[in-house]
Amino acid sequence: MANFLFSAAAFVLAIVALGLLRILHGPAEADRMMAAQLVGTGGVAVLLLMAVATETPSIVDVALMLGLLAAFASVAFVKGASGSEMETPEASDLR
Amino acid sequence: MNLALDMLTVFAVSAGAFFFMAGTIGLLRFPDALARLHALTKVDNLGLGLIVLGLLPHVGGPLGALKLVSVWLLVQLSGAIVTQLIAGVVRQGGPHA
Repeated sequence: MANFLFSAAAFVLAIVALGLLRILHGPAEADRMMAAQLVGTGGVAVLLLMAVATETPSIVDVALMLGLLAAFASVAFVKGASGSEMETPEASDLR
Repeated sequence: MNLALDMLTVFAVSAGAFFFMAGTIGLLRFPDALARLHALTKVDNLGLGLIVLGLLPHVGGPLGALKLVSVWLLVQLSGAIVTQLIAGVVRQGGPHA
């Protein structure tokens, strides 16, 4: 079973690395951030697979932290993209 | 019983990896930003969810299983919020910004 989980982790990792092509040729900043979000989710999946395959439960904590940091990275991007000249999206939704 | 659980793991993890592949292809091939965002949410919800479902029989104990499920719930919640925020940025910037 560990071999299967390792190969699944390698497959997900390769797929996510392929998704990084979207960072390379954008076209918009938001598209690049979507690829970063995909890397965050894919990283969580790979870490969970490795945690079960190597029977090391503490890797689940690392996955939890990666999921948290990916969310914060995207929120920071949204704040930065809409902070200076435009109003924030949540404020414009309220009107 | 053990064989059935192993088969569940193989099936669910393979299906999750398939959704990761579908999400990546969508991210690379879909024509505009909102469609790409739509492909991305499938990875967050179904891809990671199926992988977690497949791993559940092997974590040993309900507490570890609960932790795995809560990782998925955190990623799902943050993914839902983040995609809403990114969609707001895309809509403000126009279709090609």
